[in-house]
Amino acid sequence: MKKFLILFFILGLNHNSVYSIEPDIFVQSTVNRASQILSKSISKEQKILELKSIAKDTVDIKGVGFYSLGQARKNLNISQKKRYLELFENYFLKSFSSRLSEYTNPKIEVYGKNKINENYTIVNSLLISTSERPEIKIDWRIYTKNPDNPLIRDLIIEGLSLARTQKEEFASILNSNDGNINALFIVLEEFSTN
Amino acid sequence: MFKKLLIITLSIILLGSSVNAGSNGELSLSKEEQSEEIKDCFEKLNRATFAFNQGLDRSIIKPIAKSYRNLPEPIQKGTGNAVKNLSNLVTIPNNILQGDIKTAIINTARLAVNTTLGIFGTIDVANKMGFPKYEKEDYGQTLGSWGVGPGCYIVIPVLGPSTIRDTAGSFANIIGGDPWYNASVHGNNEFLSERVYIASKALSGIDFRANNIESLDNLETNSVDFYASIRSLYLQDRENKIKNNQRGNIEVIYKDDDWEEIDSK
Repeated sequence: MKKFLILFFILGLNHNSVYSIEPDIFVQSTVNRASQILSKSISKEQKILELKSIAKDTVDIKGVGFYSLGQARKNLNISQKKRYLELFENYFLKSFSSRLSEYTNPKIEVYGKNKINENYTIVNSLLISTSERPEIKIDWRIYTKNPDNPLIRDLIIEGLSLARTQKEEFASILNSNDGNINALFIVLEEFSTN
Repeated sequence: MFKKLLIITLSIILLGSSVNAGSNGELSLSKEEQSEEIKDCFEKLNRATFAFNQGLDRSIIKPIAKSYRNLPEPIQKGTGNAVKNLSNLVTIPNNILQGDIKTAIINTARLAVNTTLGIFGTIDVANKMGFPKYEKEDYGQTLGSWGVGPGCYIVIPVLGPSTIRDTAGSFANIIGGDPWYNASVHGNNEFLSERVYIASKALSGIDFRANNIESLDNLETNSVDFYASIRSLYLQDRENKIKNNQRGNIEVIYKDDDWEEIDSK
C-alpha cells in the first residue's frame, strides 16, 4: 500500500511537470508562432487571419475586456455583458492583428521572468533593433491561475501598459457620454466594421 | 526685467493652481498617491488644442520629419546625438536637485567627453566608452520627485501634452535653469542667439517625430479615442520617469489592483 502511494505521488508530480507550461516558454513559443506568420510570403489579410487565431489561443480576451471597462463593468446587466464581450472580442482581434501585421519578421528574445504571485508572472523580452527602429523592451503580464493554460493579459512596451491605455480610452468615451454604455458599443462596432 | 518677473509670477501661479488642484479633487500631492488618476480639467479646450496640433502635425511637422528621415543616416544620428548632448545641461542640475550627485558627475563627464571628443556631441563617444545609459531629467520631474502633484492635464499649442506641474517646470528653463538658453539668449556672443536656441529645440522635436512616425500612425489607426490614448501614454511615461523606474518596471502597473478583481476563468 505504501509503495503504491509513493508510486502514485511520483506519477502525480510527473503529471504536473509534463502539463504545466512555464510563462517564459509560453511567451517565446507565442512570439515564435507570430514571427513565423509575419515572415511568410502570404497576403496581409491572410496574416491577419492567422494572427487572430494566435490571439484567441493565447490572450485572455474576456479578462482584458472586463479590465478595459474599469468600474463600469459592475453596472452592466447580463445581456449588456454578453453584448460587450462580443463587441470587445471583435475590436480586440482587429486592433491586435492590425498592429502586429505592420511588422515583418520581428525578432523577440525572452530573457527573464518575475513571478508576482500565484496568478501573475511578468515575462521580460526585447524586440531586437533593426536599421529602422531601436531595440524595444516588451514585458508580458501572464495570467497563471491555470498553470496548464497561461494567458496574456497585458503588454508593457517600454514601461507603457497597453491594457491601461485601452482602459483609459474606454473611460474617456464613457465619460464623454454620461456613462452610457451604448455609446461605447457604437464606437466598438464602428471600429470593427470599418 | 519685467519679462522675467512676469514669467516668475506666471510660474508661481501655475504651481499654485497645481497645488490647489491637487488638494481639490482626485489629484494628489503626496509621493505615494502620484499614480492616482490625473484630472483632465480643461478637456474641451484640450481636445480643441489637440485637434489644432494634429492639423499642424499633418501639414507641417510630419512632412518635415519625413524629409528628415531621407537625410543620410550619419546626419540623422549626429543631429539626434547633438540635441541629446545639449539636454545634459538641463539634466545635470536636475540630478543635483534630486540629490543624485553620482549621476550628476557621470553626466558632467558624459557632456565633457561628447562635446570635445564627440565633436559638439554629434558622436556619442561616452556610450562607446561604456558610460551608463543616459536618462533625461527635467524640472517637472524634479518637482514631481519633491512631492508636487501633477495638477491638471493640459495640451499646449505646438508643444503637445503636459501637466500644470510639468509646464511650470519648463518655465524654469527660461528663468535661468537652462545654461544653453542662458548662453544663447543672454550670452552676448556672436555665435549664439535666440534663433539658435529655437532652432535646436525645433531640431529636437523633429528628431523625436521622425523616430516615431510609424508608431504614432499605428496608434492613431488602432485607437478608438486617439486623444485619450496620447493622454494615457504621456501620463504613464511621466509617472515612470518621476519614479526613475527602469522601463517596464512592474511596480507601476502592479499598483493597479483592478486586475485582481477580474477572474474570468
